[in-house]
Amino acid sequence: MSGPQGETAGQEGVAPLTRMELVISYGLRIGVLVSAAIVSIGVLWMAATRDTGYANILPHHLRDMLTFHQTSGPGYFPTSLAAVVRGAAAGRPYAVIGLGMLLLIATPVVRVALSVFFFLAQRDWLYVGITLLVLGVLLVSLFSGIG
Amino acid sequence: MEPLTFFLVLFAGSVVAGGLGALLGTGGGVIIVPMLTLMAGLNIHYAIGASIVSVIATSSGAAATYVRDQITNLRLGMFLEMATTTGAVVGALVAGLLPGRVLSAIFGLMLAHAAWTMIRSPWEELPSGVEGSPLATRLRLHGAYYDAALRRRVDYRLTGVPQGFGMMWLAGLISGLLGIGSGVFKVIAMDIMMRAPMKVSTTTSNFMIGVTAAASAGIYFLRGDIHPFIAAPVALGVLLGTVGGTHLLLRLRSTAIRKVFLALLIVIAAQMIWRGITGAVR
Repeated sequence: MSGPQGETAGQEGVAPLTRMELVISYGLRIGVLVSAAIVSIGVLWMAATRDTGYANILPHHLRDMLTFHQTSGPGYFPTSLAAVVRGAAAGRPYAVIGLGMLLLIATPVVRVALSVFFFLAQRDWLYVGITLLVLGVLLVSLFSGIG
Repeated sequence: MEPLTFFLVLFAGSVVAGGLGALLGTGGGVIIVPMLTLMAGLNIHYAIGASIVSVIATSSGAAATYVRDQITNLRLGMFLEMATTTGAVVGALVAGLLPGRVLSAIFGLMLAHAAWTMIRSPWEELPSGVEGSPLATRLRLHGAYYDAALRRRVDYRLTGVPQGFGMMWLAGLISGLLGIGSGVFKVIAMDIMMRAPMKVSTTTSNFMIGVTAAASAGIYFLRGDIHPFIAAPVALGVLLGTVGGTHLLLRLRSTAIRKVFLALLIVIAAQMIWRGITGAVR
């Protein structure tokens, strides 16, 4: 069944991928792989040191880990970009996981931003406008939470 | 429960959620939220945070494949995204003013009606006899993709743009109000109202849910709802699951995908009606 011709049939697109589509595809893949790698490093680091970076030792009880909205102690973790970057630089496992998470959250935003260039390259002004509008709403609601 | 057991079980469940989500264009929250509640009796804030992470991971993980295979209709997704985002903003603004219980029951009944419509509809592999409306033509929403299961190029035309746009606005409103179930509304809007092929509906919904979720993810992160010990197994599991889900989508027939989607639709409809009756909203 797995003849060489059968394999290529599935790869056949309707139109050759434009350069921008390739950029978007690779950008997404790199973003997803890098964030998965960073999260994995954080998890393995936590398992190896038995420490979250925000308590002296990994708690034995789930209840201690998942206590809601603690500002210190075993359930605590960083929740701002600055705290995540600082913690990750200091090698704290929870901050490393947080860094991967922020990168993952950023991938759809980057995708919309790249799509603006995709429509620009096609000189499709209507969709350049629509995409800019979506990007604007996206950025405003992202940053209104931070402000 | 031991933290390690919790981590591993959550990871395994997330693989399944990611696979289903990538196939059906939904976020996988249907699986992850009840799991978290059953295992840890978790605070709803962490459950919603985990749900948001699973949606973004499903969307971005699957998108890498779907962009290359050109099934996602980017124009359609971007156009409808305008409705979803404005609906979500309105939903978040009026969230406290409207009775969540009543809304949950109403939306549950709407989904039940959509399920009934799907059951009665002829089970065609691809929508037939769609004229394509002038508005859809003007917006350049018609498209084509290569179907690996049928081994041929599929050209399709769309219709019902205002109805689809309205339904998308409702989908956004619901996600802003209740934090769940917007993926199924998106697929329904494209499948039933705009008559898009099933694979185009689920992959385009898949693109859209990531964008919508990213808009609110920053707020959830800062609020401390995205817990690293929960988010890590969910994100890793879901990303792994999307690899299987995207391969399934490319190879399965649309009628098979519709059957799985219908099953999910019935589960979510029952869940929302149940929430309405018992008042277990948020």
